[in-house]
Amino acid sequence: MSNFSVGFRQHDGVQILDLHGELDAHTAPELEAALQKCLQHGHYNILINGRDLEYISSAGLGVFMAYIEEIREKGGDLKIAELKPGVYNVFDLLGFPLLFDILPSEAEALERFARGERPTLPSS
Amino acid sequence: MSRALYTLRIPSSTRYLQTVRRFVERHARAAGLSEEAIERLKLAVDEACTNIIKHAYKGRPDRPIDVAVLLEPDRFVVRIRDQGEAFDPTRYRAPDLRTLIRKRQGGGLGVRLIRQLMDEVTYRSQGRYNEVQLIKYLTPSDTALPPSASA
Repeated sequence: MSNFSVGFRQHDGVQILDLHGELDAHTAPELEAALQKCLQHGHYNILINGRDLEYISSAGLGVFMAYIEEIREKGGDLKIAELKPGVYNVFDLLGFPLLFDILPSEAEALERFARGERPTLPSS
Repeated sequence: MSRALYTLRIPSSTRYLQTVRRFVERHARAAGLSEEAIERLKLAVDEACTNIIKHAYKGRPDRPIDVAVLLEPDRFVVRIRDQGEAFDPTRYRAPDLRTLIRKRQGGGLGVRLIRQLMDEVTYRSQGRYNEVQLIKYLTPSDTALPPSASA
């Protein structure tokens, strides 16, 4: 039985994914399937809510890395909000806050979507 | 020298990653490690086992991974052994996050993460076995006070 699940919500044109449980190499395909579903339905403004995400490994982070370019090319963004401190630390260790919009609250992330703001990947 | 050893064998399938994390968490907590140290150990052992499953065993789900927790006076060690293809750490180059994103690749960060999380990481291959040791030094804050000592 999987210890991970994804819930879907919509708010003002933003597709919100509520992550629950533990995201590792075993459960990462479920997140990937959820993101593919968003893209298939033409939802490119995606907000990941990590309020109930208890754990993440690099396999979970890898899913965000694999899709962010495509999402931004389509004019959208993937923003991440409400991570628990322990989970945020993993994003931070790998340098994600420089390349992804990671916000304390869902409301702040939704505001940024409303203003059309998103980080740009610096060219190096 | 006091030394305690606890062992766990899992098949090389990602479905057992949670089992390994729980195993390490249980012993790290019993050893009085800080919550931060416990989280680091759980993640490091997960990354190491994931790499063994994907790279040493190339996704075969039925090969053995032997995990052992060694408690030593000054360190907490997780030793992981497999019988797959050896990993050569001298040839590993930590990938750049921006480059991976441009290439739409999600992998390759596990080894870098393990090094960031642990105080020491050693690899060796001997005969059919490969072994990685994840080492966390014990600090005074990691040693739990006995209940009688709490105010």
